[in-house]
Amino acid sequence: MVTLRQAVAELVRDGDAVALEGFTHLIPFAAGHEIARQGRRDLTLIRMTPDVIYDQLIGIGAAKKLVFSWAGNPGVGSLHRFRDAVENGWPKPLEIEEHSHAGMATRYVAGASGLPFGVLRGYIGTDLPKHTATIATITCPFTAEELTAVPAIKPDVAIIHAQQADRRGNVLLWGIVGVQKEAVLGASRTVVTVEEIVDALVPRPYSVVLPSRVISAIALVPGGAHPSYADGYSRRDNSFYLRWDEVARDRGVFTAWMKRHVLGTADFGEYRASLDDISA
Amino acid sequence: MPESYTSDEMMIVAAARRLRADAFCFVGIGLPSAAANLARCTHAPDCVLIYESGPIGAKPSVLPLSIGDGELAETADTVVPLPEIFAYWLQAGRVDVGFLGAAQIDRFGNINTTVIGGYERPTVRLPGAGGAPEIAASAREVLVLLRQTPRTFVKQLDFLTSAGFLDGGDARKKLRMRGAGPTAVISDLGTLMPDPRTSELVLTSLHAGVTAETARGATGWDLKVAVDLLSEPPPSNVELTTLRAMQPAA
Repeated sequence: MVTLRQAVAELVRDGDAVALEGFTHLIPFAAGHEIARQGRRDLTLIRMTPDVIYDQLIGIGAAKKLVFSWAGNPGVGSLHRFRDAVENGWPKPLEIEEHSHAGMATRYVAGASGLPFGVLRGYIGTDLPKHTATIATITCPFTAEELTAVPAIKPDVAIIHAQQADRRGNVLLWGIVGVQKEAVLGASRTVVTVEEIVDALVPRPYSVVLPSRVISAIALVPGGAHPSYADGYSRRDNSFYLRWDEVARDRGVFTAWMKRHVLGTADFGEYRASLDDISA
Repeated sequence: MPESYTSDEMMIVAAARRLRADAFCFVGIGLPSAAANLARCTHAPDCVLIYESGPIGAKPSVLPLSIGDGELAETADTVVPLPEIFAYWLQAGRVDVGFLGAAQIDRFGNINTTVIGGYERPTVRLPGAGGAPEIAASAREVLVLLRQTPRTFVKQLDFLTSAGFLDGGDARKKLRMRGAGPTAVISDLGTLMPDPRTSELVLTSLHAGVTAETARGATGWDLKVAVDLLSEPPPSNVELTTLRAMQPAA
């Protein structure tokens, strides 16, 4: 158990391949903000759905590459900072490695399984293999069927947000659990932020338990998924996602917003307080 | 008589009517989610809605903004890990209907959600593939919903993200794709269905008040029109009331 500042300082390095996972639910925003505050650079950012958290990291120039399968603001529209980076190279060019959801999920499962690649029936008839080098054809040795191979995702660091940890460092998450288990099990180092530290974890429907031996550091950050959410603790802040469209559309407005709310705040508590100031 | 309605509402209603009562349906967010939930709340209460975030049998009372809103998991029969959704349910052939949106579609029902312009320096970078390529390939049939304009119904896609009938005929069979492909494309003007032989999309039905010339003018290729062109009835009061009640509060 450490502070988030310590966890990021010790475990996230310039040039790392970093996966901050959480599929709409349990997105580790607090950890993403701390990476921004500590000025990490040249990151390879991996996420199925980059969402607002990677829009922010891309917009401040922390990323050199993005590995992803769907880069939109869910239900709202574009991720404008991602678009600006790809369309105009602002604030700097962004290399992209683009897959489908099924492909990314297969890659994470291979990483968690200690395999070099995964197999799926995927990308058939699409233009994606022409542009993405990490999509290859493989012949089944048993049936001779042509299938698609994709390499394992093995991040240097996986970062997730979960509902609870116990005092021995075991982690419990539930609800929509996405690919967090696979991201953690495939990574060299792992950071988990949690809503709450409890004496004993009580299993819930659809829950995932990650034992302490696969976790490098746990930091208590209540609300640390905002504007995403933690089932049982908070609701998705859909109005934030709608407002983000206006913030991110303009380079200057975005830069000022990041300075005011993320780079100019000491931690996630100050970030949340700074948002309250605005709405007051 | 039905009250006034928008062309988007007509499109959603026409798509909802196509969903079979007991369909196992893989749902994309936005227009497809609206159509699938309208069907579930009207003629198809036993249809099972699957969202790629993991919920199976989701029954939201308000349309979700995102693919992973809490309402989806809370109302679902079960929630499974994301890799399982794609491997066990979609890839293994257990999905009857995939509901997709698109930025561009061509005459063979291939769709683009990746870029407008070139791939390396696009004019507009779109979100990308998401779950669509494998839904398009593996769902038993696919319904596509998008507004019909010369910019969306194009002669040549800027990028082929998800396969329809590729270059037509039996191209899907040659690639051993398991699903039947797009069996209907529902726009705000009417419905297009593939010709059984060539697989080219043909205008088979018009929404109330729309002419075939309007639909042809909103299409970037020389759109073929069925001889026995049907007319889609306008939304009923029940359909409109149900759809509007599902809209999230502003």
